[in-house]
Amino acid sequence: MPLNTSSLHARILDCFEEIFDFLIFYKVLRLQDWDFEDVLDKMPCFSYPSAELNMAGSNVDRGKRRFLIAATGAMGGVAGVAVAVPFVLSMNPSARARAAGAPVEVDISKVEPGMMITIEWRGKPVWIVHRTPEMLASLPKIDAEVADPKSSAPMQPDYAQNEGRSIKPEYLVLVGICTHLGCSPSEKLSAGATGGMAGDWPGGFFCPCHGSKFDLAGRVFKGVPAPNNLEVPPYAYLSDTRLIIGSDGKKA
Amino acid sequence: MSKLTALLNWVDDRFPLTANWKSHLSEYYAPKNFNFWYFFGSLALFVLVMQIVTGILLTMHYKPDASQAFASVEYIMRDVPWGWLIRYMHSTGASLFFIVIYLHMFRGLLYGSYRKPRELLWLFGMLIYLCLMAEAFFGYLLPWGQMSYWGAQVIVNLFGAVPFIGPDLSLWIRGDYVVSDATLNRFFAFHVIAVPLVLLGLVAAHLLALHEVGSNNPDGIEIKKKKDPRTGIPLDGIPFHPYYVVKDIVGVVVFLMVFSAIVFFAPEMGGYFLEHNNFVPADPLKTPLHIAPVWYFTPFYSILRAVPPLFRSQFPGVMAMGLSVMILFLLPWLDRGAVKSIRYRGPIYKSALAIFVVAFFVLGYLGTEPTNVWGQFGSWLGGAERATVVARIFTVIYFLFFLLMPWYTRIDKTKPEPERVTS
Repeated sequence: MPLNTSSLHARILDCFEEIFDFLIFYKVLRLQDWDFEDVLDKMPCFSYPSAELNMAGSNVDRGKRRFLIAATGAMGGVAGVAVAVPFVLSMNPSARARAAGAPVEVDISKVEPGMMITIEWRGKPVWIVHRTPEMLASLPKIDAEVADPKSSAPMQPDYAQNEGRSIKPEYLVLVGICTHLGCSPSEKLSAGATGGMAGDWPGGFFCPCHGSKFDLAGRVFKGVPAPNNLEVPPYAYLSDTRLIIGSDGKKA
Repeated sequence: MSKLTALLNWVDDRFPLTANWKSHLSEYYAPKNFNFWYFFGSLALFVLVMQIVTGILLTMHYKPDASQAFASVEYIMRDVPWGWLIRYMHSTGASLFFIVIYLHMFRGLLYGSYRKPRELLWLFGMLIYLCLMAEAFFGYLLPWGQMSYWGAQVIVNLFGAVPFIGPDLSLWIRGDYVVSDATLNRFFAFHVIAVPLVLLGLVAAHLLALHEVGSNNPDGIEIKKKKDPRTGIPLDGIPFHPYYVVKDIVGVVVFLMVFSAIVFFAPEMGGYFLEHNNFVPADPLKTPLHIAPVWYFTPFYSILRAVPPLFRSQFPGVMAMGLSVMILFLLPWLDRGAVKSIRYRGPIYKSALAIFVVAFFVLGYLGTEPTNVWGQFGSWLGGAERATVVARIFTVIYFLFFLLMPWYTRIDKTKPEPERVTS
């Protein structure tokens, strides 16, 4: 080898070859007589002007040639990846889709206690439940039956990490999308054996797709497919009867 | 020399027409003992062509727009001349494509067609199968019915379960915060151009690999080992054209009888080929009571549902579903049997394959039903749902078929293979 640089590169290449050789050709395909060097020389792109010239003692610096081929290939690869970036990013939500995901204002003055309304935010159903004192009182009683009673998983903003998972206890705001696979659970607000639920049902939500159950704070019951509590979206009170969903007032 | 021969010579001097005709048809020697199971390769090619032709005709009337898609499919069904026929041919073709492909793959399991030297042939085939699944999934969103919408929602959310990058990944796939017009538009692009292009390339590679190594046969022996010393033609080989071309035409005719019966009399196949809920337009605020994928995905869907969430994440289930498909890629290296064909395998492999088929069907059935289809066990089993427990058992069996294969195929008592193919 006439140049130190090219022999260093050759050594690095050799090292990769050895590993590759061993793993793929020796271990997986069991081609025990595989000779990487030999194959390289037989490939037209590597053997030009021809392997015989080297054997005849010509001055072709094979290490340098292979380094140049590898460097050119690497630069081509970089260019390929660089042009893939805009292609890949073009599939992200467009400015129009992002604008449509803007916060939504809701009037909650007409939601009677024990009732619930569904509004649309970012194309997803958002539930606003006006919980009665009895409903709120039932929550601590089922702490043992739900998977995450203290809402320790980050499924809500910090200001909703409390017993009722809400800013004001009586109003519950939830994204109505099951944390299992994105179905929309049905409301089964009333306790007991109504609406096809078992007799000891404390009230909450039931996902018909795969049978996940959530209580009146959107906390997931143990032993159902959904892994997490229902998500509480960022929201804030604009007044006593007006909510903004999708923004917690920190940023517009 | 006739004018036609002169023309052919003119072409042959410029393009290897005769050479290719010979090497792939008139002088491609296939084993003479092909049986019923060998219809499905050519049938798959036939269905592919049919799907492409009907698909092109459908794109002439379909609108990939969330506000018009559902109506445009109904327009095709009612107003476009013969549109109902083309649409039902396409939707029925999709299900029959999977039936044909599953039978084609099962043939591989029966006769060890994936074994050396046909590993790459099998890998290309598996890639074709993956493409078909993608094609079917993207295509199912296009009618923009309730099942289209919520099925896509469930499947895209599977990617959301990937640790760390999941939510961004599913956002990127949808191009919106929910499945929306952006999603429909890109799925249309994937369905009509991206995946079909890859699919055609893979089919070409699959055929080239097949014609390089030669077809396997029900005896699982290499016909190339016994050649006529004068001609170099395998003694047990017959030219694909005309012999198997004629045989395969019979297969196509019988297939078309079945196909027509379905298209004309039961295009929805009781909700299995076209789900009833898909005749309701997509409604992002209302989930159907029971979401199930179309039948050909249900064995894997069952596996997804069978795996309980671990560490507050449903990623293990998603992984299990992915692995249940991917593990098929490894078959050539998992099978260590002394013989290829089921005819000479011992009782262990025969039983294992039979149990695997049962597992595949049971998982497939359970995937079409809600998890409470068989009710709950009594309190002695914690009231667990019967169907879920059964799905878990069969999921384990499904994986054991593959994971234990290197051992049970090796210790199996095989019979000696014949020298020449049997009739």
